[in-house]
Amino acid sequence: MKRRDFLKRSAGAGLAAGTALSMRKYEDLWASSPVIAKYDMVAIMGGNPDAMFDLGIQELGGMGAFVQKGQKVVVKPNMGWDVIPELAANTNPILVKRVIEHCLKAGAKEVYVFDHSIDNGVNCYRNSGIEKAAKSAGAKVVPANTENYYQEIEIPGGVRLKKAKVHELLLETDVFINIPILKDHNSTRMTCCLKNMMGVVWDRGFWHSNNLNQCIADYALFQKKPALNIIDCFNVMVKHGPQGVSKADVVPMKSQIITTDWVAGDTAASRMLGVETGKIEYISMAHKLGIGNMNIDSLNIKRIKM
Amino acid sequence: MRSPNLRRFRILFSALVFICFFILFADFKFIVPSKYVSILLYLQFIPSAIKFCNLWTLASAGFIAVIILTLLTGRTYCSFLCPLGIGQDLFSRIGGRLRKKFRRYGYKKPFIVLRYTLLVVTIIVTLVWGIYLLTLLDPYGIFGRFMTYFGKPAVIIVNNFVAGILGKFDIYTLSHITVTKFQLLTYSIPVVFLLLVGSLSLAKGRLYCNMICPVGTLLGLVSKASLFRIRFDEDKCTRCGRCSIGCKSSCIDFLQYKVDVSRCVSCFNCIKICPDKAMLYGVVRVKKKEHQTDNEKRRLIAGAVMFLLGLPQIVRGQDKSAPIPQKASTVKENRTTPVCPPGAGSMEDFNNHCIACSLCVNACPNNVLEPALLQYGVAGIMQPVLNYHKSFCTYNCTKCTEVCPTYALKPLLLEAKKLTQLGKANFIKDNCIVKTEKTACGACSEACPTKAVYMIPYEGNLLIPETNNDICIGCGHCEFACPTTPYKAIFVDGNPVHQAAQKPEDEEAKIKAPVEFPF
Repeated sequence: MKRRDFLKRSAGAGLAAGTALSMRKYEDLWASSPVIAKYDMVAIMGGNPDAMFDLGIQELGGMGAFVQKGQKVVVKPNMGWDVIPELAANTNPILVKRVIEHCLKAGAKEVYVFDHSIDNGVNCYRNSGIEKAAKSAGAKVVPANTENYYQEIEIPGGVRLKKAKVHELLLETDVFINIPILKDHNSTRMTCCLKNMMGVVWDRGFWHSNNLNQCIADYALFQKKPALNIIDCFNVMVKHGPQGVSKADVVPMKSQIITTDWVAGDTAASRMLGVETGKIEYISMAHKLGIGNMNIDSLNIKRIKM
Repeated sequence: MRSPNLRRFRILFSALVFICFFILFADFKFIVPSKYVSILLYLQFIPSAIKFCNLWTLASAGFIAVIILTLLTGRTYCSFLCPLGIGQDLFSRIGGRLRKKFRRYGYKKPFIVLRYTLLVVTIIVTLVWGIYLLTLLDPYGIFGRFMTYFGKPAVIIVNNFVAGILGKFDIYTLSHITVTKFQLLTYSIPVVFLLLVGSLSLAKGRLYCNMICPVGTLLGLVSKASLFRIRFDEDKCTRCGRCSIGCKSSCIDFLQYKVDVSRCVSCFNCIKICPDKAMLYGVVRVKKKEHQTDNEKRRLIAGAVMFLLGLPQIVRGQDKSAPIPQKASTVKENRTTPVCPPGAGSMEDFNNHCIACSLCVNACPNNVLEPALLQYGVAGIMQPVLNYHKSFCTYNCTKCTEVCPTYALKPLLLEAKKLTQLGKANFIKDNCIVKTEKTACGACSEACPTKAVYMIPYEGNLLIPETNNDICIGCGHCEFACPTTPYKAIFVDGNPVHQAAQKPEDEEAKIKAPVEFPF
């Protein structure tokens, strides 16, 4: 975490605390006050997506450690493909729903969900099951299919990607939660935390034609980083990714990885997928840029089997 | 019958029909289920007639019902069912508000030569040469194009405006939609017709229907034998002439107590206007009429037809839309055949049955269909063609085949559509980012729904696309996704006759789920 980010975040927390105090709800404040997480990463195996998240987030101090009262939260699942949930091309809707519920319970003022889909936006939102799940949990599902929702930002220190147009909600909200689904990918070999960011920008074509791996790593330098990465490994597409053709491409792994370090998250995910981390170029690129730590063996990981 | 309720009923009914058609074409949220589309379109004369020629079933015999209706009630079709006719009534009303003079029609002689020549020419051209002239003149098709080119964009602009305001208040029930760009060439014909039909209806009532429209002329002929029609009650008439002034078809000659039944569209305005209740709608015996020929008008028709046929040739040289390249690709795509929509069967078949009403263009949720310029040749102008630079044909969709009123697009089950090969993917390695830039891309393969485009090892850690045309369905997602300009590194060339693709491979995955955490 950069110093500036730290200052910003503590200022936000202080403000929230002050507001809460003035509202005479001391107990609630202490219940949801930030707790320093004991672990860098929590990995859970053997349960349903919602149950695994309940357990995992508890180990990290509860959602209150990441979302303060009155904050606006944007949740970014992968819902880029016009396929049904069983084909595991999009994040599991049950998981998305539970994450939103946790955010609202922690006192989030508003939770937004969007993705710049690859297939037709309306169909993706509907057929992924996420729109319905998110709305039922109380989130706002926001369109992302036209350029006017995007605003240009600078990426200081980007090697190839120096500017990008990002969805306005990413800029207007306080907390960003990344919920990618782990999948095979035809050219980068894996899509997970870092690559999920291709769904918050408008011009993906530029990434593809300007060293895709470097652009993925560069984007992660942008100041608005995810407070939390929740990796859906419940059903994992191990071939024909990232879209998949049939159920034969999917292996049920019944797992989940929750981490604040998305480079570490991607590294752990690559091992789940059984791909040599070195072959996924953007992971080492991001590590070099100081975005996160790919040497996960040195991290403090909590492993839970259900 | 002389009740003013006749007119009220007509207005109510036609308003309902018009609203239905408006919603059908302007339905940018894709709410209207396809099954209602066929009900609404069943009685549209030309689409139904073309569908009937394709199918020979009762389910497509709506136009016969229209003929029977005309034999019974006169040209009620033009007032009650034709969206273009109803739209013109709306225009006339606006015209009347603008200038009182526009509402004073009076009896005019019919343009007999022009009408019948156009009808005969249309029939002959359609039978001998193809559907081209009918496409231009079919009132339903004209209405469809008006909605596609002007109506729907207007609705979307309003939607975007409202969505923008709502978005400021954190409400996202409406989303922003990209408006189709204005293209001079494809818009030229609808613009000409909008000016023609618009100005005629604004000032002259139903002159377009009674001078140019081949369906109007044909039904006018049929209505000469109709059972019910407007007539004078000569005992009551005081020859005040109000009926004639108020007749938007200019077909009432009150001095001679005559109503030109071939032009009367049964709007019942005269019944309401008549202060003496001397106009009535009832059973009448047929009276014969004289015919005259007018060479001047014949020349005009010949000229007009030549103009219509020549127009596409005149505007041919104006297409230049290539974008400025960021990083130029070098090899030009060798396109031989345009890609026509699923359900077309073959391009020839499709071109012979499509009246370019553009309903499919509106129904397409992915906005990949657009009116053709000259991809299908002169005869196929404005017929829908897939533009993979603009979008792609989405895998889980059969919408266009469901709404087509003429059966030019035959209904396809989703499973069949997923195996219908519209064209084949062609990979141009020399344009590919992986080769030219030596960096990873794979946008095409990522987008491919069947993995007909897949990646094979290339230099170092790189992977490069390869195609398998046995399972390619020509959906164009690869071409759309490919980031190279001005030429794509992968493009779909249409199949003149659509083919059956093989099913994509379905092997079990070799990778097993880890039992322990691998980290």
